[in-house]
Amino acid sequence: MSRPEHLAPPEIFYNDTEARKYTQNSRMINIQLEMAERCLELLMLPENETCLLLDLGCGSGLSGSVAEESGHIWFGMDISESMLTIAKEREVEGDLLLSDIGNGVPFQPGAFDGAYSVSTLQWLCNADKSSHKPAKRLYCLFSSLLACLTRNARAVFQFYPENVHQTDLVVTQARKAGFFGGLLVDFPDSTKAKKYFLVLMTGGAMPMPTALGTDNSQINYTSKRERMIKGHSSKLVKKSKEWILEKKERRRRQGKTTREDTKYTGRSRSGRF
Amino acid sequence: MKLLTHNLLSSKSLKNVKVGYPLRIVAKDVKISEKEFNMEFVTKMIPKLDWKVLVEAAIQIGHGNGLPEQLVDDYEEDEDLLKKIHHILMEVEVINGELICPETERIFPISSGIPNLLLNEDEVS
Repeated sequence: MSRPEHLAPPEIFYNDTEARKYTQNSRMINIQLEMAERCLELLMLPENETCLLLDLGCGSGLSGSVAEESGHIWFGMDISESMLTIAKEREVEGDLLLSDIGNGVPFQPGAFDGAYSVSTLQWLCNADKSSHKPAKRLYCLFSSLLACLTRNARAVFQFYPENVHQTDLVVTQARKAGFFGGLLVDFPDSTKAKKYFLVLMTGGAMPMPTALGTDNSQINYTSKRERMIKGHSSKLVKKSKEWILEKKERRRRQGKTTREDTKYTGRSRSGRF
Repeated sequence: MKLLTHNLLSSKSLKNVKVGYPLRIVAKDVKISEKEFNMEFVTKMIPKLDWKVLVEAAIQIGHGNGLPEQLVDDYEEDEDLLKKIHHILMEVEVINGELICPETERIFPISSGIPNLLLNEDEVS
């Protein structure tokens, strides 16, 4: 898989052409919507209640429209002006801010009932400028985010970590900022459907939500000995009495003419012949 | 930018800014678009808002009439007041203008309804 974050910083990579793809390419749209839906599900918001949500790296507002459909009000932040222009063109309900989330989210304490982000966090793991320090920027994001969430609110980040160091970096910085929670991997056995979610909780350590596609993921264990015994029982020794009887039975089932079973069946000749 | 956003936004990502709230608004273009009135949401948001800041901001952009200076205690039952608050929070939008940091006087331009909060390298704390 190509990694756009290796090509250019986000404000340059998401130019007008790239941003346009998010309104035209139905495959990209569907992936974004699906992941946004899963993020909202993981936020576990109270039912039948309008919540104020923060969309980090909202882009063209696709993920925001998922929040709108569930009846929530949202604010979006993104670093790419082109993406936000597309969002404005699409007439999304949410209010948009052109801002770098690596510099923190400058909102008043307790403003949001939840925060989510769809494929954005991996951009913060790179240093695009000489002044950028990924760990510091992540910490700045997480600590300011923690401050502007209400009690018991959650933050869910879907992202594409490049390697194990990036997941470690992200989880460490989130914990350091004071969040509980950790990494959730949906469909861990599939290369294509595998999705990483950073589920962060504010109100104490609560059980993590269950990942999708993890049932029956274990292969049933059979020892070598069991396999050997099983293999033998299904296969009879050729020319033995049992083997002959089974063969005759099979022929009868097939409707072929077969001699009757007698006491001489499968018996070897005495040798006087 | 809606006034709901303004009421929750600060400039504390700037270097050496402690509170950075409230941001002053200079509005050049203001648009009013109708939004569905959600009473439950407005009632829920009011305790989170800074009422004085909201009234001041509404006056700054010239839509301050009809808002009481002090918020009455039983606002939950006053549907007319809630509708007014909904109007000022959700329906009035600053399209072009500026946000000004109260401590450093740094100007954040608003164009086509999107405030530009991007910082230069030397402004990051």
